[in-house]
Amino acid sequence: MTTFAQKQTSAVRTTPDGARRSPAQKPRRRPKERLAKVVIILLLLTGAAFAAFPILWMASSSFKPNTEIFAYPPQLITSTFSFDAYITILTDPTKVRFFINSYVVSLAVTALTLLVAILASYAFSRYEFKGKRPINMIIVSIQAVPPITLLIPFFGLMVVLGLYNTYQGLILTYLVFTLPYAIIMMTGYFNTLPKELDEAARMDGAGPLTVLWRILVPISIPGIVSVGVYTFMIAWNEYLFALTLTRTEDMRTVPIGIQLLMGQNSYEWNEMMAMSILGCIPVLILFLFFQRYFIGGMTAGAVKS
Amino acid sequence: MGRGVLAPSPHKHPSIDGRAVAPLTERDGLGAATPHRKASAVTSTNTVVRPVSTKRSTPRWAPTARRLTPYAFLSPTVIVMLVLMLIPVIMVIGYSFMDNVITNKNPVFVGIDNYVEVLSDPVFRTATGNTLFFTLVSVAAHLLLGLGFAMLLNSPLVGNVTKALFRVVYILPWLFTVAIIAVLWRLMLNPNGVINYILISLGLTDKGIEWLSSPDTALLAVTFINIWAGYSFYMVTLLAGLQGVPADLYEAARVDGASAFQRFWNVTLPQLKPIIISMSVLDIIWTSQQFALIWMTTGGGPVNVTEMLSTYTYKLAFSRYEFSVASASAVLILLLTMVLAFFYVRHQKARD
Repeated sequence: MTTFAQKQTSAVRTTPDGARRSPAQKPRRRPKERLAKVVIILLLLTGAAFAAFPILWMASSSFKPNTEIFAYPPQLITSTFSFDAYITILTDPTKVRFFINSYVVSLAVTALTLLVAILASYAFSRYEFKGKRPINMIIVSIQAVPPITLLIPFFGLMVVLGLYNTYQGLILTYLVFTLPYAIIMMTGYFNTLPKELDEAARMDGAGPLTVLWRILVPISIPGIVSVGVYTFMIAWNEYLFALTLTRTEDMRTVPIGIQLLMGQNSYEWNEMMAMSILGCIPVLILFLFFQRYFIGGMTAGAVKS
Repeated sequence: MGRGVLAPSPHKHPSIDGRAVAPLTERDGLGAATPHRKASAVTSTNTVVRPVSTKRSTPRWAPTARRLTPYAFLSPTVIVMLVLMLIPVIMVIGYSFMDNVITNKNPVFVGIDNYVEVLSDPVFRTATGNTLFFTLVSVAAHLLLGLGFAMLLNSPLVGNVTKALFRVVYILPWLFTVAIIAVLWRLMLNPNGVINYILISLGLTDKGIEWLSSPDTALLAVTFINIWAGYSFYMVTLLAGLQGVPADLYEAARVDGASAFQRFWNVTLPQLKPIIISMSVLDIIWTSQQFALIWMTTGGGPVNVTEMLSTYTYKLAFSRYEFSVASASAVLILLLTMVLAFFYVRHQKARD
């Protein structure tokens, strides 16, 4: 009975919009609200099982020996719990190379995208010039071009340019997909900064580049982090072009590496799961540290104030 | 790539992070507005970026140099886009009118032969139908799940810490690359896998189902995987949208005696409608281009039941080396996408 009462008071207390309700309505709504709360918590738990169970299962499988992957009945934690799959991957130079490749490509793409996008966004945000609207329209619509349409000419182009199966080829390719988004987000961010800031600096005789690097960039760090995190994630996760524009094992990235584990003789499920866990760690860490920026990136496109 | 955001034109949407941002013209703060300043503020309410006012130009800057400055800043972008976007699109259109390019040193112009070949291929038609099913079911389910989770996470009856925790859990599927999602679900949907175990334990089936390799279930299975992988995007965006619905609208509805369902139907949905439409169009564009998930789970099989336009085109090019026919198919996909993008841009304009 005491817990019952406690629950009741805490339900009222933790209701953020409780203040909005007229006091006369409150007592009448209470039993209904308690029931609603129970239903909501149950639904939330069901949703969490739907979202998280596959991920738990992936983690669990990465700690099993391959022979027990399909053991009957399935168990989340087995007595044979071991890090063997991780050790196998991290001591195999071919597989470690997948990770190195992914880091090199993703970091280079992020740095280049930020550099080029900051320059372009500065022009869009602070200048009026002929062709601004058409260029802007082109950048927006480029994002709808299907990757599969670009795949065939890119393949031809990279072979001709001698960039097939190189880091440079992949990095250039990814720029096409990250730049439009980065420019749009970055311009949006610069637009939130008052123009007086850079105008004051200009009065003191600073050139546009100085204004950009000394004034705008330092105060835009949240926006830059947001764009950077998103860019890194796109590059880290890309599959289609990594599959087509590289050929040798030493140039493959993590997503292709996971698939390569699947092909050959037998399925090394535990190794695939361990590699998946290792492969999602960078994005997961970025997400946990920069959650707000991540969500900012996700919502920037569709929510309008 | 699929996870970029086809965002509306930036200078019309001065918001990032979903926050509202006052137009910069409001922040001039240089005292009382002179008639001239007032006029300039009115003309620039749409374009938040106000033109560098010629009235206030620093004499240091020569007019021509200043006019060229924005182009200098844009030049790296323009070069990248010309070389890696415009030229490839022209190339693929060119390829589609030639006989077998890339493998053939001297391709010949063949007119619309490649298009005729693609359009009369029954597999192309199957792929179009599958893509349509896959896309429409995924988008509808993404929307329903996303809206449902967003409303749960917006409920005033649950504590904020609890909601923050659940929100992280619900976003998780979105953080995984498609390659990982594909192998993970191959493991789970294996005939001896955990999903079949659960179904057998619940008595829903008496033996393991070959979800991904049976023609009856493969398309449903890949669609389900895609639903799991993609609802988070809707959830996060709709949650931001829900938090932006003015509380007094609900209050007014409550005073009028509207039930919870009526409040949802008459207040929440109309308020979210613009966001829902934008996201659905974006999602249709992305989902219809999905390649990696199909390629790594079923490869388009068994017997084409999960063949999509993207996998069909990829196979033409990189399994059968018919680059010209594949180019024709790729151009057709581009055209379909452009129609969708056109509606998206028009919708965005209407929202302004």
